[in-house]
Formats: sequence, C-alpha cells, structure tokens
Amino acid sequence: MNTQLLLIQVFNGLVNGAFYALLSLGLAVIFGMLRIVNFMHGALYMLGAFTAFALGQAFGLGFWPALILAPLIVGALGMVLERTLLSRLYGLEPSYNLLLTFGLTLLTQDLVKQVMLSQFAVSSAPYTTPDILTGVVNLGFVVFPKYRLFVIALTLVICAVVWFVIEKTRVGAIIRASTENPGVTRAFGIDVSKWVTGVFGVGVGLAGLAGVLAAPIYSVEPYMGAELIITTFAVVVIGGLGSILGSVVTGFAVGVLAAVGAAVYPPIANTLVFILMAFVLLVRPSGLFGLPEGAR
Amino acid sequence: MKKARLTALIATAALFSVTAALAQGAKLTDNVVKVGVLTDLSGVYSELSGPGSVKAAQMAADDFMAANAAYKGKVQVIGVDHQNKADVASNKAAEMIDRQNVDVLMDLPTSSAALSASEVAKGKKIPVMVVTGGTTALTNEKCNKYTFHYAYDNYMLANGTGTAVTKRGGNSWYIIYPNYAFGQDLDRQMTAAIKENGGKLVTASDATPFPNTDFSSYLLKAQSLKPKIFGTMQAGNDLVNVVKQYNEFGLKKQGIGLGIGLLFETDVAALGQDAFAGALATVPWYWNLDQRSRDWSAKFEKAFGKKPTWAQAGVYSATMTYLQAVARAKSDNGDAVVKALEGHRFSDFFARSAYIRPQDHRVTLDVYTVQVKPKAQAKEAGDIFTKVATIPSAKAFTPLAETKCKF
Repeated sequence: MNTQLLLIQVFNGLVNGAFYALLSLGLAVIFGMLRIVNFMHGALYMLGAFTAFALGQAFGLGFWPALILAPLIVGALGMVLERTLLSRLYGLEPSYNLLLTFGLTLLTQDLVKQVMLSQFAVSSAPYTTPDILTGVVNLGFVVFPKYRLFVIALTLVICAVVWFVIEKTRVGAIIRASTENPGVTRAFGIDVSKWVTGVFGVGVGLAGLAGVLAAPIYSVEPYMGAELIITTFAVVVIGGLGSILGSVVTGFAVGVLAAVGAAVYPPIANTLVFILMAFVLLVRPSGLFGLPEGAR
Repeated sequence: MKKARLTALIATAALFSVTAALAQGAKLTDNVVKVGVLTDLSGVYSELSGPGSVKAAQMAADDFMAANAAYKGKVQVIGVDHQNKADVASNKAAEMIDRQNVDVLMDLPTSSAALSASEVAKGKKIPVMVVTGGTTALTNEKCNKYTFHYAYDNYMLANGTGTAVTKRGGNSWYIIYPNYAFGQDLDRQMTAAIKENGGKLVTASDATPFPNTDFSSYLLKAQSLKPKIFGTMQAGNDLVNVVKQYNEFGLKKQGIGLGIGLLFETDVAALGQDAFAGALATVPWYWNLDQRSRDWSAKFEKAFGKKPTWAQAGVYSATMTYLQAVARAKSDNGDAVVKALEGHRFSDFFARSAYIRPQDHRVTLDVYTVQVKPKAQAKEAGDIFTKVATIPSAKAFTPLAETKCKF
C-alpha cells in the first residue's frame, strides 16, 4: 500500500464523513432532545436534494438559493409532521415512532418517484455544480474537486454553530431544560411543545441541507437516502446516542475509515462501519461519547 | 339411464370435435398464449426495461394477432416485478408458470435474477427469452434446453468495446465492476478482450459494492495510477453516479478516458450527453439506427410516451420471434416451441442477420460500436450515438468452439 494513496483516501474519506456528520448531527439533536428515533432522516435528505432539483426545474433557481431554501422547506415539512403525527406518539413506546417514520419513508420515496417520472420523465436527475465551484484544485498530493472541499468546510462550520448554540447560548439552555424536565420548564412560562417542534425542524433541516450538498455529487433519485441512513444510524450508535460531539467526530472518522478500507481491501469498505459498531458496543455499550444510562 | 348415456355420448363427441378443431389451428394450453414479462418494475433498472418492456411485449402481441387471424384474442401479456433479486425472481417465475399459466418468460434484467428464473423454468419446461440480463453463463455453464439469450451479452459488450477502445490507443486500463454475477462476468470478458488486442491492465480490477453511490476512492486511485482508460462495468443508476463523479474529479482533463461496459439510452438522458461525450460503448440497436428503426420507435413513443431503449426494443423483437415460433409449431408446448426456435434465421427492425444457435441458444445478431455525441452535434432530442463500427452477427458473440454449453 503506498502512502500517497493512503493519504488521498484519508482526505477523500472526510467528504463522505461530512455527509455522515451532518446527517447524524440532525439525528443526534432530535434524539437527544426529543427521544425520537427518526427513521425518516434518509428520506428527508433525499427530499432536500429533490427540492433543490425541483426548484431549479420549476423556477430556474440555482445552487445557492437552493442551499438556503431547500433546508427551510424540508425543515418546515418536518415541523408539520412533528405537530400532526409524531406528537401523538410521545409517551408511547419508541417502536411506534420507528414504525411511523419507516412508513413515512416508504411513502415519501414512492411519491417522489411518481412525481419525477410524471413531471420530469426521469427516475434519476442530474444536478450541476455551481460554476464557481466546478473544476479541481491541485493539492500537491492529489487533484481534488473544489466542490468537495467546499462541502467539508461548510459542514465543519455548521457543526460548530450547532454545538455552540446548544452548549453555550440561552436558546440552547432552554432546549436542554425543556427536555431534561418539561414540567419545571413549563412552570417558568416556556412553551415546551413549541421548542420541541422547532428543534425537530432544525434537525430535519440539517438532513435537507445534506441533501442539497449531495445533489451535485450523486444522482438525485428517490432511494438515495435509503443506503446512507443505515450507515448514519451506525455512526450515531458508535458516537453515543444523542451526543452531538460524538456524532460529528464519529461521522468524519467513519468516512475516513471506510475510504481507507476501500483502498486496502475494497469488499470490506461497507462492512467496516458495522464491525466497528459491534466492537464499540461490546466495549462501551453507550457509545464512544455517550454517557452511561445512570449518568443522564 | 339411457338418457344419461346419451348425454355422455354427446358430450364426448362434442369434446372430440373441439379437440379436432383446435388441432387444425393450434394446440394451445388453456386456449391462450401467455407471455410473462418478468422484469424490474420499481428499482434501478425499471426505467431502461420495466414498464416499457411490458408495453413493448404487448405491442408485439397486438401486431402478431393482427397479422395472424388464427390467434386473434389468444395472446396475453402480463408484467411481474422481480425487484432484481434472485430469490424473488425464482419465486415469481414458479408462480407465473404454475398459477398464471404463462407459456414463456421474457426480459429478465439483472443476471442473478435471470439465472435463477431460468433454472426454475427449465424444471417446468417453459421457454425463457433473456433480453436485459447480461451474463454469458446463460449460454455457457448454466445453459439449458429452454433458455435463449437475446439482444446482448457480456462477451459481445467486452469484445465490441474492449477491442474498439484498445485499438484506438486506449491500451492501458483500470477497471471497476459491481460485485455480482453480471459485473464479475463482464470484468472477466473485458479483461480478456483488452489483453487479446495487446492492451494491459495497470492494476487488478476492483470490485465495488452493488448498488453503490460513492466511487471517489476508485477515481482517486485511477488518478494516481494514470491508466489511459478508466473502465466502468457498472450499469443503470450506479453508472450515472460513476460518470458524474468521473467528470467531477476532472479525469478527462487529466488524460484518462472513459470505457463503459454497458450503456443504456436512459443513463445518458439522466446525466446529459455531454457528461458521456466521447465515450465508446457497444449496443445491439438504437432508435435512430435507420428508417425502419425510427418507424418502429415512433410507434412505441406514441404508445408509451418515451423513446424506447434498446432493451425495450429487444423485448418486442424477442416476443415477436417467440410468437412466430408458436405459429410455426402450431403449439405453445415448450418443447415444440424450442424446436421451432432452434436454427431459425430472421431479420427484423431490431435483430439483423439474426440466427438462433441450436448448440447454445445464443441469438446472434449484428451489433454496433457507438460513440456518444456531444450535445452540440445532436440533431434532435435523443440523438446521442454516432456509429463507429458494425460487428457482424457471426463475429459479435462467443465463438461456438469456445462455448461451454452442454444440453
């Protein structure tokens, strides 16, 4: 194995890692605050990409407006779903929301497929990279697409902002209090259910954002989230359910690990994350960054 | 008592006369020829075959009935989804044959699904016309008396594209292939074709997961290995992702060309033809090959709303060929139709200089090496291919001397 190739793969892994990090960050926020296992996250990621594509087709909007609008649209949709459907399941067993979100996933995928075939006559659609980010940069050891560097950078910024808001600001304090002890928080005159809806919207919006970012790299198609979501769940489990730092660090780490794995022994690339998950669960059942059950 | 005997006598006589009448026309089980299109109605290959294949088979059935008065109202077509899974394909094949009484299985994208359905049909003595599945095992070690391989196969793709690209100077390759029956087989065939023409592989081919979205590792590997051609044996949506990322990583500018194992018109449409421009591929047909093809395609487009892919045109041709064999055999009995198909020579809008080899049931036909035009050169929507070479029927497929088929 030559070291240059290995170095290249480490770097390349960061890109996939960025997607894992963004998606698992949303999942972690939603689970950490609301105790919802959102199986629909992959479908919402796909909706982000599809919305970007559809905005372009219908209104001629390019990548930059879509980067702002699509996450907002997906986030708003998420809030509607939370208010109308998910909120009815609070207090029931988690398996109920798992089933609901799984059902919604299947529904969303098929709906998007129907829309794509009937409106655009394609089942997978192209999405072009914005001009300023097309082309490659010679980094010395590798020639790398500009756009992918942009994805890594933007993801790091977003992760830092989310962490800062939740850990260091008053808004974050309210959110944490609402989930820690809703009764007491309500007594302070804070409308807890509104905050819950808002947090769900933000978490889902992050999935939408990941989708828009993915559109220029992968083909936009109804099932693009299905495969990714499995790995993302593994990332969340390894990082520790609900841990923000855990999901971001593990997201990037898993991306790198899979890429290096692919270079050393390709067939193992997609399995590696699950081997790691099994190992972590044996040694630290609450995940790398998760707190043990009693400590919460 | 007498009355009962009389009734029985009349009934028997009636039965005889019916049988006699049928014998004069054709012997059809349950009085119907039922064509079962076993295909991918929902997954990655549904656009290139799927509902369009079912429509094509129906068009063939309608045209056949219109031309053969004796079969009026007697040909039916059903479409069933096998989800590209080998186990689903074998279950569905058994169900179609046993419960829905189909007389032939058609289309069968995804090699693993084609192989398992062919195995089931063999046990039940039902002919199978594989159009969209590519593995050469169907006419080699896994061949059987009831399976026919139409349109294309991996040998033909590899022989056509591998030879054309290598001879045009693309003599060093790095190949990736999806890790299932089709990809493994196509990689083997492509490697053999490249070596035969004096080319070489810069490193061993890499197997990628199937399905897969991210191919950047392999593209980066290609960057560092600097082959003249980056060969991809992926198909459908996977191919679209590979080519999208091939362009993103700017490999063409770095002097690394693109060699495509299997290309469908829908892949080009999904990504825009400029992304594929210059790439060489081998196809059994394309819609604007000539006037005859254009005429048929116009009919298909009117009925289905989209231009046909070569897979869908192939299903029409295969269905028609099967039905004509039924007419010649005057029966839809599996053994009788197989006999009528073997050694048959014909030419239609799709299959030129076609010949059904009795030895391995490979249906040979003229095939074409094509190059994807840049969008600026396209004269109309869907005008994507320039013909580079015609490979004659007798040369396009595995030579008989090399076939491993025994039945």
